[in-house]
Amino acid sequence: MTGPAIVDRFKTGLWYENPGLVQLLGLCPLLAVTSTFVNGLGLGVATLSVLVVSNALVSATRRFLRSEIRIPIYVLIIASLVTCTELVFKAWFPELDRALGIFIPLIVTNCAIVARAELFASRNPIGSSIVDGLVMGTGFAVLLMAIGAFRELVATAWLLAILPPGAFFSLALAIAAKNVIDRRREDQRANTRSPRPQSLKRQVR
Amino acid sequence: MADSSILRGGVTLAAIAAICTALVAFTYQLTDERIAANEQAWLEQSLQPALAGLFFDSGVSESVVTIPAPHELPGSEDAIIYRVYSGESPVAALFVVSARDGYAGAIKMLVGVGIDGTVTGVHILAHRETPGLGDRIESSKSDWVKHFDGRSLTNPDAEGWKIRRDGGEFDQLTGASVTPRAVVKAVKETLQYFDANADNIFAAPADQADEVEE
Repeated sequence: MTGPAIVDRFKTGLWYENPGLVQLLGLCPLLAVTSTFVNGLGLGVATLSVLVVSNALVSATRRFLRSEIRIPIYVLIIASLVTCTELVFKAWFPELDRALGIFIPLIVTNCAIVARAELFASRNPIGSSIVDGLVMGTGFAVLLMAIGAFRELVATAWLLAILPPGAFFSLALAIAAKNVIDRRREDQRANTRSPRPQSLKRQVR
Repeated sequence: MADSSILRGGVTLAAIAAICTALVAFTYQLTDERIAANEQAWLEQSLQPALAGLFFDSGVSESVVTIPAPHELPGSEDAIIYRVYSGESPVAALFVVSARDGYAGAIKMLVGVGIDGTVTGVHILAHRETPGLGDRIESSKSDWVKHFDGRSLTNPDAEGWKIRRDGGEFDQLTGASVTPRAVVKAVKETLQYFDANADNIFAAPADQADEVEE
């Protein structure tokens, strides 16, 4: 993969196909642990590392993957990696492990990981699969941190933000903000190309 | 051939399972010692708060007794007892026990019992209860465990050592009665053990030096 292609992949993971904002995958941990920035960071980094290694392993074993046994193999790989991640957190980040509690082992249920294994890593060479894990994981981690930071900051003025419903509101705001920005950009592009009447504008999906 | 394809699938699966198991085993080897040390540090941090309002001048973790399983305390692992003294006279005992009948595995906890048989503090060390429901037994999530402070086998009596739903005196946590029921039972059993064995606990010789690090 060349440099510009990697930059392009990062744009995809962070923005155009962000696992949380666009694909709406892994919402359970996203909603549950984002009460603070540090929790978001911890779970984000844990998910990111599982995603990178699982993509690498799935890609490395992809020639043995046949359709009948691919799902059990994903499950095996992801479950082992999550167990290892949990042990690493317990050994080196005990405070974070206590704060995140059961959500570290629950990374195993994050469908973003199995989705990338199925959609990308099982069909692409190991290098680009690692990049894919990196960009998708980063997209997810950045979103977790952003929502965590937002909720923590807003909570002083608006207590609801830190309570469970605040997670839903914050995620909804984040998705709405992304759509607004996308629409603005689309408008600008349409205007600079050919200034036409407003009615011909293309709608965002 | 159908047969050979099944065989090949099985062999592939077995090979990958073996690799994954090796990976987990290796990580376990690598982290085992650190995790044990972290848990010990967390336990020692929790000892002091479980002795609320007591005067003692011995180091909290100086005098340790390990009761090998099986024993009458709650939990299937070896139970650990920290003995606390003021001068020569015993003040309290701290029990590391686990409630086995929680919603999701054992609830590891610390129960402090004063020499007069009252609870000096309960602290939850590790659990896997449901976030938002059962995890309110943690002192960082709610002050539910504080209800045990100052209780003893006569306050309330045996009938009262249950959650409200079962006719006792302890609050259940809305939506999660299994978890508090298990904790109440474990605290009660610890008190009963203390009641029956207090003299033996303080008379037993302390564990050898490897436990006493400070």
